[in-house]
Order: sequence, then C-alpha cells, then structure tokens
Amino acid sequence: MTDQKPLLSVRDIKVYFNLDEGTVKSVDGVSFDAYEGQVLGIVGESGCGKSVTMKSILRIVEPPGKIMEGQVLLSKRDHPDEYLDLTSMNEKGKEIRAVRGGEIALIPQEPMAAFSPVHTIGNQIIEAIMLHCDVNKKEAREICIQSLKSVGMSMPEKRVDSYSWQLSGGLRQRAIIAMAIAGNPRLLIADEPTTAIDVTTQAQILKLLKDLQRERGMSILFITHDLGVIAQMAQYVVVMYLGRVMEKGPVDSIFHDPKHPYTQALLRSIPSAQKTTKIKLPTISGSIPHPFNKPKGCPFHPRCAYAIKGKCNVNLPSEYIVGDQQYVSCFRYEKSEVNIR
Amino acid sequence: MASYIAKRLLVIPLLLLVFSIVIFFLIQAPPGDFMTTYSAILAGSGSSMDNEQLNLMRVDYGLDKPMHIQYFRWMGKLLHGDMGLSLLYMLPNTKLIGDRIGLTVLLAFFSFILSWLIAIPAGIFSATHKNSIGDYFFTVINYIGVAIPNFFLALLLMWICYDLWGLNLVGLFSPKYEMAPWSWAKIGDLLSHIWLPSLILALGGSARLTRIMRANLLDELGKPYMITGRAKGMSEWALVMKYPVRLAINPLVSTIGNYIPQLFSGSLVVATVMNLQNIGPLLLQALSMQDMYLSGSILLVYCLLAIVGTILSDMLLVWVDPRIRME
Repeated sequence: MTDQKPLLSVRDIKVYFNLDEGTVKSVDGVSFDAYEGQVLGIVGESGCGKSVTMKSILRIVEPPGKIMEGQVLLSKRDHPDEYLDLTSMNEKGKEIRAVRGGEIALIPQEPMAAFSPVHTIGNQIIEAIMLHCDVNKKEAREICIQSLKSVGMSMPEKRVDSYSWQLSGGLRQRAIIAMAIAGNPRLLIADEPTTAIDVTTQAQILKLLKDLQRERGMSILFITHDLGVIAQMAQYVVVMYLGRVMEKGPVDSIFHDPKHPYTQALLRSIPSAQKTTKIKLPTISGSIPHPFNKPKGCPFHPRCAYAIKGKCNVNLPSEYIVGDQQYVSCFRYEKSEVNIR
Repeated sequence: MASYIAKRLLVIPLLLLVFSIVIFFLIQAPPGDFMTTYSAILAGSGSSMDNEQLNLMRVDYGLDKPMHIQYFRWMGKLLHGDMGLSLLYMLPNTKLIGDRIGLTVLLAFFSFILSWLIAIPAGIFSATHKNSIGDYFFTVINYIGVAIPNFFLALLLMWICYDLWGLNLVGLFSPKYEMAPWSWAKIGDLLSHIWLPSLILALGGSARLTRIMRANLLDELGKPYMITGRAKGMSEWALVMKYPVRLAINPLVSTIGNYIPQLFSGSLVVATVMNLQNIGPLLLQALSMQDMYLSGSILLVYCLLAIVGTILSDMLLVWVDPRIRME
C-alpha cells in the first residue's frame, strides 16, 4: 500500500466558522489519504468535525464556514499520478461541479430529507445522471432504472416514478445510494448513512455498500460515530476529536493496539457481548469542551489521564509514527519518529 | 379528486345561505331605511316629501314588513335568479351588477398576477441575498407598501403621472371609448388604463407576499436536500430555482383564498378615488344610501367570488403538491 499513490489526499485542512460570538475552529488541521478500492472510516463524537471535513472535500461548506488552510488533492481519472487541487477551485465553478457527483459522490446524513418531496426520485436521479453523462433523457431514465436495480430495489421501473415519502426508510436509503453511484464516481462519501435506519436494514445497507465497493472498485469514505460499524466496514481508520486527528491506522491496529489515550478510552467504553461481569461501563471523564473555548495544546488534555502539565496544555503534539501505517498525535510517543510528508 | 371537487361545489349553496342571512341583518343594522335617507337628501336639496307619501312608498317596496319577512321575500326572488330592484337607480340589480362584474374581476385578476410577479422574484432575491443591501431595500419597500393605505397611494401616483407626463389616469377608459361598444381599440384603451389601479392594488398584497416568500424560502434553503443537490454537482442557481423555490411557493398558493376578499375590499376605496367603473363605487353608494337590496346582492356576489377563489386555490394546491394529491 505504501508505494500506491492515494486517490484522495487531504492535507492539513482547516475550516473555521467566523460567528459573532467568536471563531469556531471546526476542523483544525486534518490530514489523511484515501486509496483506491479502500474503505476509510472516519470516527468521532458528534461535533468533532467529521461532517465538516466531508463538506470541505466537496467544497460545500456553508457560510460562514471557510477553508482557511490546507489542500484537498484528487488524482486525475486518466492520469493517476497527476492531482487536481480541489481547494484552489472556484466554489461555484464548473470544475468543482464536475467533481461533485462525477468523481466524488455523497450519501448524505438524513435519508428522510435528502430528496425533495415534490419531485419523484426518478426525476432527481435522472438529473444527477444528465449532469455527468452525455445522454438524453430517455437513456438517463434507463441508467436510472439500472442503477435502482443494482442497489437491490425491486420493481425499479415502477419505483422510479414514486416520491421519496412513499418509500420505506431502507428503500429511501437505497434510492440515495443509487443516485450517488449513478454518476459513476470513484469515491463515495457516506456521511453516517445508517444512523437513521433500524438495525436490520442497517446491516443490509452496509452489505450493499460493501458489495458495490467490491464490484465497482470504488473507494468509500465512511463517516460514523459507531465503532462497531467501522470495525465491520473499514480497512483504515481515522479517529477525530474536536477538529483534529488523534490517531489513524489500519483497522486491526486501531482496535487491538490503540495508542492514543482517547482511542483507548473510546474502545473501553464499548459494551462487550463476551464480558459477563456486571461492572459499570467505563466512560470518558468530563465532557466535550464548548467549541468557542477549545483548550490550548492537545484538545483532549483536560479529559486525559496521562496529560503532562506544562506540555499537553501548551503545545500541539506532532504526528508520530507508532506502527505500520499507524500514526498518533500524542506527546507520550514523542520518542518515536515524526511523520513528515 | 373528482369527488373532492364535487364535495366542495355542493357546499357552496349552503355557505351562500348562511352568508345571505348574516349580510341581510348586518345591512339592516344601521337605524332607518332607504326612505329616511331619501327624505334627508330631498330635504337637503330644498324639496320635501310628507310622511304619508314616504309611508306609501315604504308599503310599495315592502319596507314596512318585519325583517324576516323582508329577508324571505329577497331570498325567494334570489332563488329565481332575481336580485331585486335598486331603490336608488330604479333598475334591476342583476343588470347593475352584471354591467360591472367583468371589470371588477378583470381588475382583481390583473392585480393578483402583478402582485405575484412582483413578490416572487423579490422574495427569491431577498432570501438568497439575506441581509444584503438589496434585501434591506426590498424590506423597506415592503413596509412602505404595507403601511401606506392604497387609496392614498392611488392619489399620489395619479398626481405624479399627471404632473410628470401629463397622463390623466382617472377611470378605466378614455372619454371617447367610455360609451363606445367593445372593440380591439377599446380593449387597448382599457389596458392602457388598468395597469395603474392594478399596480396600486397589487403593491399592498405583494408586500405581504414577498415577506411570506422570503421566510418560506429561507426555511427551504437550509433543508438537507440542498446538500444533496450541491453534492450532485448542480449549479447553485439551477438548484435554488428547481427545489426550494418550488417548495416555497406551495404555502403561498394556499394564501390565494384569503387574498381574494382583500383585493375586493381594497378595490372599493381605490376605485372610488380613481373613478373606476367597477362594483366598488356602486357598493359604497348603495351602502351609504341604505339601498339594501343592491348592497346585499353585491356583498353576496363578493362572497360567491371569494368561495370560488378559495376552491380554485385549493385545487391549485392539490395540483402543485403531490403530497396532498395522493392523500
């Protein structure tokens, strides 16, 4: 994997929201690479900047949010060694609009409201197809029906003319996935795609995503707060806390050999089916600080059992290499080599 | 759908019956009757009529009977399509109203179209450029539009038009077409006059509509389907016009029903000020002279138009919103 060039490279991206009350640093220096055919999981509590990171990749951060620094690089389809700099593009321009849906597609957070209720799902999927493929309306409708079929929707010829509110939660999510893959993208960003649906349907949707990824050789950027889903889906995991990457590494290393105190605490707080003893589930002490007064230094230090006074509350730790492809932002590992790129 | 419309249409006679009772007793509420007003006017002009004569006329017109008898006589005629006689003009009310109803509906229709043509683009601009100078500009214009009584606006605009361009925009026709039979030239003349009263009537309504449109659209612009649309690669303009604007107009359609009576009552004073030959001035005169059958008939016609307008707006809403259509 090391010699492979990444499909998408997010480099030290910073997204700030300038509000009257102050500046919210939603994403404050996030870097990761996504490779072809890989499922990359981004995990973190709500408000840690997962969704804003996703929006900054597509350049759809809503005002007053602004990308202050950093780069999002996407390899070109025909020349994988060359990269498009998405951050330098005009937010409303043609270039970035060709990327959206055509190269990177989104499965949004709320399947309930992701479709317009007064247009049929077919109308909205066909629109996505016609934006990225050079086809007429009739051909686009055919592609749309094929796409609905490929996400396992029964009676696609009939369902294409239904409205989103006529479909069940699971079917609606399938329709959204059909819309996302209709433009034949190389990267799919799934922003908590299973949060709003019940567990049985959730399992079906996860299986569908995995199958599609395998068949089409797509990459998936899977955003969730559910560690169980991450363990099941992802090959590589990025752990975020308060707008920063705490730790990232292959899924096995993250789950079996977590290095960062935050990752360790997070994994400790998952209830286990094997443990029979009735002990209280450990929680992470304290609560997430308010975004306006983010702590200085490492954002996790007020809740960290290993915090070193005079260090963790003053300086930001660099990213240290602690294993094969495993990096951690913590002063406990400062003897290790620094990850420079 | 057909059964829904049929149901709505069947309720119309019942509604009209209720309205006719309310209207009739409201008109009778002021003290005196047509004869008292009539003799007062005669006295004012120097001549007079003695009580005996007045009472004879009262018996003639049935004004001496108790109120409910008068109502049933009126109703009985109405059921035969006869709206009775205007005491003031000594003409059948059906003819008086019939002569003017066309222009009344036409004026209301033009004002309605104009108010939407003004309100929707202004509302879209204000919402998409929230808190910009342009938004504040429209907001100020809107508040002025709501605050200025439209008859005053009518006087102001008539004066400006006359002062600047020498346009005499009183009435709906130039003097030479006033009595002429209908022709293309007369229609052209009408169109060259009707825009000003339409605009004046539209401004008050469009101010409110713009605010509603702005608020609806601001709601819609924050909806998750906007993120879906952007992530698809749609241009912002195409996205705004296709989804949120479409959805923001739906609630606006449901306001049409309330807007129609407003248009009629607004046109009453404006039409009187501008000397328009629609029903407005006729109603004002009938009310002040206590010409009860004429004013009652006009108000009943207004009610009918408002009911029909509400049904039309409900049908329009069913047509534009599939969520209602499929229930």
